[in-house]
Amino acid sequence: MSVDLNSTPLFFSELKETILPLSENEKKNSISFLNENKLPTTRNEAWKYTRLAKLGKSKFISSNSELESIDQYNIDPSATTLVFVNGFFSEELSSNDCPDNLTWSLLSQKNKIEETISDESEYFNCLNSAFLVEGVELNIADKAIMKNPIQIIHVLNGDAIISNFRIVVNAGKSSEASIITGFFSENGDSQFSNVISEINVAENAKLTMDKLQYETESTFHISTEKVKQARNSVFTINTATLNGGLVRNNVVVDVDGENCNTHMNGAYLLKNKQHVDNHTLVNHNVPNCDSFELYKGVMDDKSTAVFNGKVIVHKDAQKINAFQSNGNVLISDDATVNSKPELEIFADDVKCSHGSTTGQLDDEAIFYLQCRGLSKKSAHQLMVSAFIGEVLEKFENENVRTYINGLLKSRFNWDYVS
Amino acid sequence: MSKYTEDELAKDLEVQEYKYGFTTDIESDQAPIGLNEDIIRFISAKKEEPKWLLDIRLEAFEVWKGMVEPEWAHVQYTKPDFQAIRYYSAPKQSKKFESWDDVDEEMKITMKKLGISLEEQKRLTGTNVAVDFVMDSVSVGTSFKAKLKELGIIFCSFSEAVQDHPELVREHMGTVVPTKDNFYAALNSAVFTDGSFCYIPKGVRCPMELSTYFRINEGGTGQFERTLVIADKGSYVSYLEGCTAPQRDENQLHAAVVELIAKDDAEIKYSTVQNWYPGDKNGVGGIFNFVTKRGICGTNAKISWTQVETGSAVTWKYPSCILKGDNSIGEFFSVAVTNNFQQADTGTKMIHLGKNTKSTIISKGISAGKSHNSYRGLVQIHKNATNSRNFSQCDSLLMTDECGAHTYPYIECKNSSSKIEHEATTSKIGEDQIFYCLQRGISEEKAIGLIVNGYCKEVLNQLPMEFAVEAQKLLSISLEGSVG
Repeated sequence: MSVDLNSTPLFFSELKETILPLSENEKKNSISFLNENKLPTTRNEAWKYTRLAKLGKSKFISSNSELESIDQYNIDPSATTLVFVNGFFSEELSSNDCPDNLTWSLLSQKNKIEETISDESEYFNCLNSAFLVEGVELNIADKAIMKNPIQIIHVLNGDAIISNFRIVVNAGKSSEASIITGFFSENGDSQFSNVISEINVAENAKLTMDKLQYETESTFHISTEKVKQARNSVFTINTATLNGGLVRNNVVVDVDGENCNTHMNGAYLLKNKQHVDNHTLVNHNVPNCDSFELYKGVMDDKSTAVFNGKVIVHKDAQKINAFQSNGNVLISDDATVNSKPELEIFADDVKCSHGSTTGQLDDEAIFYLQCRGLSKKSAHQLMVSAFIGEVLEKFENENVRTYINGLLKSRFNWDYVS
Repeated sequence: MSKYTEDELAKDLEVQEYKYGFTTDIESDQAPIGLNEDIIRFISAKKEEPKWLLDIRLEAFEVWKGMVEPEWAHVQYTKPDFQAIRYYSAPKQSKKFESWDDVDEEMKITMKKLGISLEEQKRLTGTNVAVDFVMDSVSVGTSFKAKLKELGIIFCSFSEAVQDHPELVREHMGTVVPTKDNFYAALNSAVFTDGSFCYIPKGVRCPMELSTYFRINEGGTGQFERTLVIADKGSYVSYLEGCTAPQRDENQLHAAVVELIAKDDAEIKYSTVQNWYPGDKNGVGGIFNFVTKRGICGTNAKISWTQVETGSAVTWKYPSCILKGDNSIGEFFSVAVTNNFQQADTGTKMIHLGKNTKSTIISKGISAGKSHNSYRGLVQIHKNATNSRNFSQCDSLLMTDECGAHTYPYIECKNSSSKIEHEATTSKIGEDQIFYCLQRGISEEKAIGLIVNGYCKEVLNQLPMEFAVEAQKLLSISLEGSVG
């Protein structure tokens, strides 16, 4: 079975079906889904505010490429680093040594890739399965306390490059680890990264993911993090979206064990014509869990931000505390924000809340700062720093924070003072 | 409000089943069952309508035929068979009534059972309330007409307005809710039988609360009401709408359209208490309530929606405000109670177009039994709506572990000088609060009534006096037997 090029968008035309050892079922289902369905439109509730027409009209190629160095992308120099260029593994640029309690393998070298937890009725999941070029599986040993983070750097290099890439993380029982993912692009226009991360957090494990997105303004980025949490586990994902043309982040967390904590934080600073869409979904399937969500963004020029946070408390999942908060600041009159915080509650003994605000920087506070000798510009920067800082503080790794600060400086020409 | 004592509540709670479940036996003048062009022509001819209105109906019907029922709401129900509904049924009457003394004795008793007899209303309020009583599809009595006439206020049934003030109806009908707006609005535009019409002239402050009581009476009759309220420049009107329906096993459909037009500097306050038959404890029967309500504000105008929703098996209702004029204000206050197998998907839309427009949304949902209660709201600030302001608060209270409470707010902002705040909470009724009441000798049932009334106070306070009392009673009755 192969992809029918007549009925699918242009961008399939140059692509080859995956040669990775995915299960036959997954391959078959994803290809038939792509043949039967079109790119989601704004009539689809999940894509209500994000138009993919431009993506559908673009042509992409998948090809390997080499980079001279990744110094500028080395977010945390102390980390074990794995580098992927256009989705393909780059051995020279990756770390040679690997900590004892971590084993990792490329998906292309495996005999069989386990039936995934991905969603077979989601367009970009199927796209990923059908054209997967490479992926990496990280296994963190039981009881391992990882001192240094593991860093996955994904760089797009060249014109019209597509990368269908996958990350699998298995955090063993009672382990503690932190993973950094960084997405960058260079030397080219109209690139597309479509990434799926599958994350299994075992009992008592504690896993933190810091995700940095800094691709160019002509790049499409669609990524999905699918997380499964077993009992007593703690999972944190911090996302910083500082550049990228059309960015869509899906975070789906299934809380399957009791006494879990889930933290989701996101910061997005946009300018020009950027479009950033953050979708989160927390499924509280079992009682006695807490989830916290904080997403904040600042929109300038003609940028658009979308936030859709959903918390579902399933039947009999009592004693759930779920808090969700979204704050937006519009700096320009041409900027747009669409916020949709949702709650679906099927249990009664819960405390759930969400809040969403949209506004601007407080004129009086700016006036106050100007009175004290700050220029209007630096007063603005200070205010934005304070606003977005609440999220950036959630990045516990100091190296990551320093790196973010560097990106902010180069893109927005100002310092985030932490 | 304070006159309503615990004893009364206890008495109300004894009434286990739906207390308004009875049928009045009045001979009907009916159209055949089903829907086609001939039926629409029949309705139009029956009401001696001008051609332009028939054309609107036929056009709406054409559009409707090409539409599909919306499925996005968080409700599940068996779709009504639109060919199995009788679209016209009018109580046979020989004359119109000038005053309440002339009204049919049987009808008076009906009204008494509904608790809306004029005497009671007078006693309750000490003021005069004009009631345009809609029984099935035709208004049978309009009171206080004379008094309102003095001020130039027109308050009559929709069909009378079509006869007497066609220019007003023609100019405004369909300007807020176009016939093509949605499935049910199109259906309503095609087959509406009657409703209320209200016009307040320039600068007039309507001295009394205008009130319409709807009542679905004939079995198997879908009721398609059409309400049009026009407040001309600088005028004020407070409009009440309340509903009760007799007990029926088959599902009845109600697809009303309400259009409010508040011209420059005008204010409309629209209050609803909705208590239609919600179906029995097993979820059998009950009314389907698919309503399109929308208002448009001119410069400095204000529209305020207040609703208390306790009835209907399925509710699909989003009273909205289009804040077109600069400095206009939209408000939405809602209490929605669902029990047993009831489902409600309700909320509001605030469309900010003008500068300095303000909107407030306070929504309180209470779910009990196996019901589902959703808030779905849209706040949309357009590019030119500078300095707009919205505040939304949606709280949900859960009574049992089998019910559901959902919140789907849509917040869209395209303007950098506007402020939007939205917050929502979902929680259980406070155990410590119930415990406190129990300790002081208040039964659990009463304690819940007390807590729920306190929880809803913000909204109930917005209701006119005579409705507030009824609404409090309704809340307690609706939640009877729902202790989780």
